[in-house]
Amino acid sequence: MASPSNDAPTARSELPQRTLLASWEQVLKLTRYQLRDYLYSRRFILMLGIVGVIGGILTAVVAYFRPVDLLADSGSFYATLWGSGVTVVIIFAGVIFGGDAIAGEFQNRTGYFLMGLPIRRATVYVGKYIAGFVAALTAVAVFALLLLANGAYYFGANAFTAVFAESFVLAVVYQLALLGAVFLFSSMFKTSTYATLITAVLFLFGFSLLQALIQGLAHTTPWFVLTYADTIIGGIFNTSCATSPGTHTCSSPGPGGTTFTETVTNASIPEGVGIMLAYFVITAILGLLLFEREEFA
Amino acid sequence: MTGPSIETVGLTKRFGKFTALDHLDLRLQGGKCVGFLGPNGAGKTTALKMLTDMIFPTSGECYVNGISVQRSRKRALAAAGVLIESPEIYPSLTPTQALEMVADLRNMSPAERHDRIPAVLAEVKMTEWADKKVGKFSKGMKQRINIAAALVHDPEVLMLDEPATGLDPRGMAEVRSIVRDLKKQDRLIFMSSHILQEVTDVCDEVALINHGKLLFYDTLTNVTSRFSHAQTTVDAGFGRPLEAREIDDRIRPLAGLLKVEPLDARRLRLTFQGDPGGQARLLRQLAGLDLDLVSFQESKSALEEIYLSQIERGD
Repeated sequence: MASPSNDAPTARSELPQRTLLASWEQVLKLTRYQLRDYLYSRRFILMLGIVGVIGGILTAVVAYFRPVDLLADSGSFYATLWGSGVTVVIIFAGVIFGGDAIAGEFQNRTGYFLMGLPIRRATVYVGKYIAGFVAALTAVAVFALLLLANGAYYFGANAFTAVFAESFVLAVVYQLALLGAVFLFSSMFKTSTYATLITAVLFLFGFSLLQALIQGLAHTTPWFVLTYADTIIGGIFNTSCATSPGTHTCSSPGPGGTTFTETVTNASIPEGVGIMLAYFVITAILGLLLFEREEFA
Repeated sequence: MTGPSIETVGLTKRFGKFTALDHLDLRLQGGKCVGFLGPNGAGKTTALKMLTDMIFPTSGECYVNGISVQRSRKRALAAAGVLIESPEIYPSLTPTQALEMVADLRNMSPAERHDRIPAVLAEVKMTEWADKKVGKFSKGMKQRINIAAALVHDPEVLMLDEPATGLDPRGMAEVRSIVRDLKKQDRLIFMSSHILQEVTDVCDEVALINHGKLLFYDTLTNVTSRFSHAQTTVDAGFGRPLEAREIDDRIRPLAGLLKVEPLDARRLRLTFQGDPGGQARLLRQLAGLDLDLVSFQESKSALEEIYLSQIERGD
């Protein structure tokens, strides 16, 4: 073993002794910096652009066609426009703010900057998740404001209903679950493209297809599919038998004056919330475990 | 243990069947600069990544200031400044914001941050870029910010993985100067490098690894004297063209000379066995031959000779 060099070092400049921050404090700080990074980045402008385009299309279509069913009351209006639009906004927001959140740390090598710090991996994961969640929530809130503005135009003060607030909360829970799943995919891959692509395909088409197959072929309630749960966001407005939460026997006019009846099974509100929260918890734990074991090789 | 320390105990890393690092036992202690040398793929970065918990050992453990990195990365890295693999910085941040983030996560007070951030930016010559977004910076500029990030909290222990990577010659010289200044301040610096001149210039001790195994770890002085049997090569320049007869009759017979290679009509590469004393004797003899000797310098440093001989032996 070598001996120290001959040159005696001089004393280092005396700096105050620092205590280590608690992990939750580091989470808050990291969230703040990550959020600032998101809000000042092009991706946030892109997300607002997507919200603007979706909101703009919905506004223009309703204004042009003036569908009577849709404009009958605010419940029908929101069940259709908000119920279908917000899930798309949430999926885009998840992809944009979560797709590369963990994978990008490996692919873009920014992880080497963070991981040299005295900080737990879980702190990085949670801080990035919260920042992504807040950024995505901002986009969802902007979309909600756009639709509320539309609603106010058509229904006046009747546009601001408690059911809409409840539906907004359900959308937030859905966003929590979706972002959890996106972060899991992001932890599974070291390439952002794969994580982003899988999230987009799975949530835009994959889950819906799986749900249709399970219901159509296996005649089983697809309680384990997240898109089965997200129907409660629009269903809570109780505007049609086919979309209302729970199991119903729905009748509709059939050929030759007959009545066609079928049993429709949608997730009930507690069931939908339970599925979403289960998705969030399971994907968050799995994603964290994966990130804890991932090597910056 | 007193003073800053880095220790690896039986540190081993396998990637499938490939052993990147094989039972590395290394103990560095006190304020000094230790050069970590080895060819590409020798295991230098692998060792440094395990020392910073970026990858996990197959077996063994490492400690910074006596704290296990594997068991308590947060406490172990609290006193360390780390630069591994030329990291990228979030492109939307400015150098000041990036260093604010690092300082904030390290729990530096606003007053400390106010003092230290401009100071380290000045140290790496990035003051005028302090408020420009990092996204448009060159590789060398980013590397300067990375060095600043490793220094911002005035660490006791510095682990630097080829810090001069991506820098132009002036930048490399500045990094050497920074490291030289740092080691005067009771810091332990563990620096991997390909550049032997860099290690010779700034390091007090050197650890050489190849194929994941530690070949030696000692002070530069001890290493040089321990391997003094190594051959030394010097390039000699003459004021006039030499004739073949002069080379054969007057130069080749000189004591200790093993090989004489003409580089061109006026320059010879001379290989001899010996220490600095032998080199001085050879210079005196050459000067005494009245062949208009105008230059005489080592073509490879002593460390380079030792490095090459040890690596070749290992291969």
